[in-house]
Amino acid sequence: MSNAKIVVNGLYKIFGSHPDQAYELLQQGKDKDEIFETTGNTIGVKDASFEVYEGEVFVVMGLSGSGKSTLVRMLNRLIDPTYGVVEIDGRDIVKMSKSDLIQVRRKEMAMVFQSFALMPHQRVIDNAAFGLEVAGVPREQRYERALKSLEAVGLKPNAYSYPDELSGGMKQRVGLARALTNDPSIMLMDEAFSALDPLIRTEMQDELLRLQSEQRRTVVFITHDLDEAMRIGDRIAVMQDGAVVQIGTPEEIVTSPANEYVSSFFKGVDVTQVFQAGDICGKGPKTVIERAGSDLNSATEALKNSADEIAFVIGKDRKYEGLVTAESLLEAKKNKGGKLENALVANIEAVRADMSLSEVLHRVAHSRYPVPVVDDNNVYKGAISKTALLQTLDRAV
Amino acid sequence: MNPEDWIEINIGQWVENLVGFILDNFEPVLDAISAAIGFVALGLENTLLAINPLVLSAILILLALWRVGWKFAVFVLLSMVLILGMNLWDPTISTLALVVGASFVALLVGFPVGVAMAKSDTVEALVRPILDFMQTMPPFVYLIPAAMFFGLGKVPGTIATVVFAMPPVVRLTNLGIRQVSVENVEAGRAFGCTDRQLLYKVQLPLALPSIMTGVNQTIMLSLSMVVIASMIGAGGLGNVVLTGIQRLNVGLGFEGGLGVVIVAILLDRLTQSFGRIRTSEGFFTRLMRALKGEQQKPTVTGSEQSETPRRAAS
Ligand SMILES: Nc1ncnc2c1ncn2[C@@H]1O[C@H](COP(=O)(O)OP(=O)(O)OP(=O)(O)O)[C@@H](O)[C@H]1O
Ligand SMILES: [Mg+2]
Repeated sequence: MSNAKIVVNGLYKIFGSHPDQAYELLQQGKDKDEIFETTGNTIGVKDASFEVYEGEVFVVMGLSGSGKSTLVRMLNRLIDPTYGVVEIDGRDIVKMSKSDLIQVRRKEMAMVFQSFALMPHQRVIDNAAFGLEVAGVPREQRYERALKSLEAVGLKPNAYSYPDELSGGMKQRVGLARALTNDPSIMLMDEAFSALDPLIRTEMQDELLRLQSEQRRTVVFITHDLDEAMRIGDRIAVMQDGAVVQIGTPEEIVTSPANEYVSSFFKGVDVTQVFQAGDICGKGPKTVIERAGSDLNSATEALKNSADEIAFVIGKDRKYEGLVTAESLLEAKKNKGGKLENALVANIEAVRADMSLSEVLHRVAHSRYPVPVVDDNNVYKGAISKTALLQTLDRAV
Repeated sequence: MNPEDWIEINIGQWVENLVGFILDNFEPVLDAISAAIGFVALGLENTLLAINPLVLSAILILLALWRVGWKFAVFVLLSMVLILGMNLWDPTISTLALVVGASFVALLVGFPVGVAMAKSDTVEALVRPILDFMQTMPPFVYLIPAAMFFGLGKVPGTIATVVFAMPPVVRLTNLGIRQVSVENVEAGRAFGCTDRQLLYKVQLPLALPSIMTGVNQTIMLSLSMVVIASMIGAGGLGNVVLTGIQRLNVGLGFEGGLGVVIVAILLDRLTQSFGRIRTSEGFFTRLMRALKGEQQKPTVTGSEQSETPRRAAS
């Protein structure tokens, strides 16, 4: 398994003047509102513990006020935790001295903001070079690196414009470039794309995914948009009233939500976007016939002994070759040369495992037979039957 | 029975005692202040007076062209002709020097105070009432201790002006820094700013429009002290107006007033032009643009929003 880049343990943020008192009440099981009424303290985050693995996109979701921003700001100590541990590469930043902390912020982590937070008095290139300027990197060097990161987000031509001359999407690209210039191993993004209109937003998500495919960084991404979380998240943490109530892959969370809150959150989520063909292809017919070493008779036998109506034929290295049914086998025996190849039903094309359900829906619905699923190398992974598809759609409603 | 007879709180006496105490015990301090202010105020005035009126006019016109635009440059040109024509050049320069000198000192003191207020709620809570007091006290009242501590002349005139004009720059520096958006400050810190870098690279630049509005208002307030300060011998256009009043010479008073208005407009427009958040366009670009008669690109800053403060002088 990948190693943990960020380890959070028993993390609390209690806003207000007497956190200990509020902490006591929390341990007694009092909830956020009661505690606010009795002590005047607000529970920002309570008892969060999780790990973020190196190179993953870790999404934090939750309703407004659930503590997402507070949580992510404790990862670089823009907000000082009240209790608990935040380890970055094994070093507890909560106990770190101010100057060490500044070094970590300059070298290890960068942040992207919802309102972009660019410096309006500086040109795009100066904005992109901000982190290096602060770190005292000489001008020529920092411009060079800033240009490189601007190029990575497609904004090199605008390097000498001012932020107010750019559109919202372009501004956030500058925000992204500013983060990239420092070449951080961790990026913290607080609702980074929430201020953008839907089209630009999807575009920026793709941009982020593309950047990730070029160089994997550890990304902690805050959002309250479900589709966004599903789209870019390797894993999702769901927050409720300051607590992290569930962590898992998008599929895990959709299929087995930890509580009412989580399931209501994911109600109405478009599962055809969440799931890929590969996720549900294990539930189709199980019968597989290896062509090498099989002939029409043994295939007929195998099919008869199974519960399935059809069987998939695979060749060398489990490459998908086709599909046979009892009739097609019989037909081949009667009319043709009597070889297994002749029994393959015509025109059954496989779908790729990484296609989303929405892309294969039509195929499955209109196919007489379950639709075979293969990976990029045409290796057989399984098949999707109408029943399996319906069950998946049903459970998520 | 008259309640005034049996309640006796002699604040006036206390203040007198305090002033006396300061006079007796802090003479060296007062002398030092006097020397410093004198150096600034008189130095500036003598320098400006030493420059040939035509040269100084030309400089001002060019400055107007660079910072504001050709229309304003024409206005400055006409103003200079008017002032020379009214034979008010020396008093005008003297007033300009008083205002600029006093504003400079007010900034020198007020700006750091404003920054300190923005950084600390305690400091803000302490300074705010003092500012309220300074602003509501009628300006004439400052003349008395100023004259007692520093005698008559330009130095006490400048000092009274400084005290009266300082509050806006303190307030607006504080306000400007506090109004910088939370995410901008967070961005500064997240990318590894030290406290000092945060101030210089994020807070002050983003607060600049507000700070410049404060500077502008401080200058305008200094101008409104011109006539009052001339009562303790600050001279300049204020003196011209004062003479006009004393002799019931309406014409002279009006001429002096006109001079004050011209100085006010000049300083107002010039300082506002420095409140634009972006200042990277070189002198030459601006000059060329001005010569071509193009409008300044509108920028989102505070300078446009700032309403012209208090009319200068009475
Ligand atoms: N500086 C603060 N002082 C007091 N309470 C605060 C402070 N910052 C946040 N809170 C409280 O902490 C809780 C969590 O806030 P937070 O901003 O982390 O929520 P969020 O999940 O980011 O919400 P949103 O989706 O609206 O951004 C809220 O109840 C909020 O009112
Ligand atoms: Mg938030």
